[in-house]
Formats: sequence, C-alpha cells, structure tokens
Amino acid sequence: MLSVLLTLWYTFLHLFHRKVTVSYPDEMPYLAPRYRGRIVLTRDPDGEERCVSCYLCAVACPVDCISLQKAEEAGRWYPEFFRINFSRCIFCGFCEEACPTYAIQLTPDFEMSEYNRQNLVYEKQDLLISGTGKYPDYNFYRVSGLAIPGKDKGEAELEREAIDTRSLLP
Amino acid sequence: MNHSNEIAIGFSNIVFGLVFLMVAASLLTWIERRLLGFWQDRYGPNRAGPFGVLQVVADGIKLLFKQDWIPPFADRTVFVIAPAIAMITVMLAFAVIPVTPAIGIIGNLNVGLLYFLAMSSLGVYAVVLAGWSSNNKYALLGGMRAAAQMVSYEVFMGLSLVGVVMLAGSYNLTAIVHSQQHLWYVVPQFIGFAVFFLGGLAETHRLPFDLPEGENELGAGFHTEYSGMKFGMFFIGEYIGIILISAFTTVLFLGGWYGPILPPFLWFALKTGVLVAFFVLLRAALPRPRYDQFMAFGWKLMLPLTLINILATGAVMLCWSTS
Repeated sequence: MLSVLLTLWYTFLHLFHRKVTVSYPDEMPYLAPRYRGRIVLTRDPDGEERCVSCYLCAVACPVDCISLQKAEEAGRWYPEFFRINFSRCIFCGFCEEACPTYAIQLTPDFEMSEYNRQNLVYEKQDLLISGTGKYPDYNFYRVSGLAIPGKDKGEAELEREAIDTRSLLP
Repeated sequence: MNHSNEIAIGFSNIVFGLVFLMVAASLLTWIERRLLGFWQDRYGPNRAGPFGVLQVVADGIKLLFKQDWIPPFADRTVFVIAPAIAMITVMLAFAVIPVTPAIGIIGNLNVGLLYFLAMSSLGVYAVVLAGWSSNNKYALLGGMRAAAQMVSYEVFMGLSLVGVVMLAGSYNLTAIVHSQQHLWYVVPQFIGFAVFFLGGLAETHRLPFDLPEGENELGAGFHTEYSGMKFGMFFIGEYIGIILISAFTTVLFLGGWYGPILPPFLWFALKTGVLVAFFVLLRAALPRPRYDQFMAFGWKLMLPLTLINILATGAVMLCWSTS
C-alpha cells in the first residue's frame, strides 16, 4: 500500500523533471560524427575521385542498393556511373567498411525525405562531394604501388624504389 | 406561463450540459495525453494549435472519417446499440449532479444517489453486449471480464456510499452537499471515499483496472472489432465516465460547490479537475493487476472494509445520538 502511494508520488514529481524530448524540427538533435546517415563519395586531397570501382561496396551491400560501372582512363579506374538507391538502403555502413580507398562514407545527415520515390535514387553527381570526408589526408594513389601518369612505381609515400627484376640475376 | 418558462430553462440546461460534457470529454483526451507526457518526461501532443489543443479536433476529424466497419459475423443490431448505451448511461447519470444550487438538471431528485448507481450499473450492458455481439473471442473475453469486474465492484461502490447516506440522512445529492457545509465527508468517511474511488476506477475500467481491454492480453478487449465513430463513442463514454466518477466523488465526499472566496462553480470544477488529474496519475504510475488478484482484492479486502466502515459509522452515530 505504501509502495503504491510512493510510486504515485514519485511519478507526480516527474512533472518537474527536465524533458528528455528533443523537439526535432525546431531543435536539431546531436548526431555523432560517425552517425550512419546519407552516403557520400569523397575526393582525395588533390581533388580527384577516390573511388576506384572495385565493386567491393556493391558486393558488401546486403540489400543490393549500390550499382556502378567500371571505366578506365590512363591506367586509373573510376566509376562511369555510381548509383545508390536510398529507398532500399538500410544505412548499415557495410559499404564504408568494405571500401579500400575511403571513398564511400556515411555522414550525419538523415533529412532526405522525398515525395517521389524515384528521387531517392542518387546518381554519381548527387553523391560526390568536393571534400575528403572523415579522412582529410588520405590519398590512395599516393600510398599504393600502382603506376599512374605523373607517378611511377616506387614513388609513393613510404615506398622503396622499384627493383629491376632483370638485374637481380645471380 | 410560469410552467413553460421552467421547461425552457430545464431544456437549455440539458443542451448546455450535453455540449459542455462533450467538449470537456474530448478535451480530456488531450489533457490526459499531455499529463501522461509530463509524467513520463516528455511533452505529449503539443504541435497542433496553442499547446496542442487542436489535437482534439484532428482526432475528431480522423475518427469521423474512418471507415465505419461492421464485421460480417457480428450481430448487427446489438453491435450498433452497444456503443450508444455506453454513452447514454454515463450522460444520463450526469442529470442528477448538483454542480451548484443553480446549475444542474435534477440535482434535487430525492433518490439521486440510487439513480446514479442504477445508471452506472446499466453501463455494464454496453461492454458486455459489445463483447458478445462482436463474435470474436478476445472481445468476448473482454466482455466477460468487464461483466465480472463491474458487477462485483458495484457492490462495494454502493456499500461505500451507505456511510455518507447515514450521515446525511438523505439520498438527495443536493441535501448531501448541504450537509457537508462544515465538514467534508472525506474526513469521517475516508474508507468510503477510498473504496468509492477505487470502485469508480473499476467501473470506468480505466488503468490500472482496465482488464476488460488489457491490450497485451486481449488485443483491445471488448472493442476489438469497433472502428470509426463507434469506437469513438466508447472512447468518449469512457472519458465522460471519468468526469462522472470525479464529479460524484466531489459531490459525495469533497463538499461539492462549497469553498472559500471562489465562486461555487469554480470550486466544483477545481475539485473535479484535481480528481480527473489523479485518474491520469494512477494510469501513469501503476501497472495492471492480474485478473484473479484484482477480483480477490475486491472481494477479500474492499468488501470487508466497507462493511466494517458501515458498522463503525452506525456505532459512532448511535453513541452520538444516545449520549
């Protein structure tokens, strides 16, 4: 009996407690930097696209919402088109984990409602941002051993000079 | 001439009372959600209109425009009548409430108290018939529970008022209020007050005593099959029931319209409002008991308590009058 009365009293006291509600449209909630929201394609510090169309994100995607097509230009791979169907996306972040070049990243933005379902299909120009996202200094071609125009083998960061296998004969 | 004038006043009283009740009951849906929100550290509906009052209008429009569906396996006539009974009985019971000496329809009825008990008993039919005519097992279970709960709690509700009647010496509600001019009956009749309020809680089948519609066991209980405005009528009936029990508790135990400074009507409204808020607080704070616990609580605790209360009241009155 006493416990019932105490329960009533403690519940009544909640009238004077601070509300936990964040009145969303009037007041933005705090989103963690690693919040899994709208997906973007980032660029490296030189302003080039980071994506090398390895298809790993499309493979990792559990709902198959990513589709892209590889194209090649002067030894570099890049996506000819890159399409994410956000009406299917479940924002699991597997694509971000799978990406070897930090190209695809999830951002703390969830305000992407549309009246028309078709508008939720984002093309490459919708996805590409001009910045580097969460990894400002990373440049895939500067750390990988791949030769591209303007950078030969052995010229990457922390890379030793290439060894001429023909002169290695005993 | 005088007679027709009286009829006109009576009629306007009835119309005004009905409109006031409907508005108050629909506002109560909003008030309850706001209060529940506050007691759960959130805001409740606060977007539509000032403080969210227009939520009531939105809900009303929604209920009116919902498809009013009668299941093909239901007993049509009874299915349609049941929600009407729910509303009519609670609204009729309001007729005998003396809000103030001037406001009230038949506040002077010499069997006002019995009339109220009769009307709240008839309210059981709404729930039982709804459960029966729905032809649905959850609805039927809800109806059965409602029948058992309301019939048994009515016993204590009626008995708990015997003390008040003994002290006031009348079934006339206006006379009962008049006899509380110096001391509210909540003091000498505290047990009666507590039992009546709990019985009222069971009568209106409100949380924590909402066993007839316990969502997690019975779907929605007796109104599982109801939709649209028929469901709305049960809903409004329930809220009018809350106001009814609060108003009667005010009249019988809290001195009706008596109080210093403020005008009588405001005192009545204030007391009723506090009780209504207490109804909501009970909902916010307490879990629903199991069905058998609930019935045992009634028959093994409330009934003996009320009987002892009647005995003690009689004994005290006897000693008082002989000495």
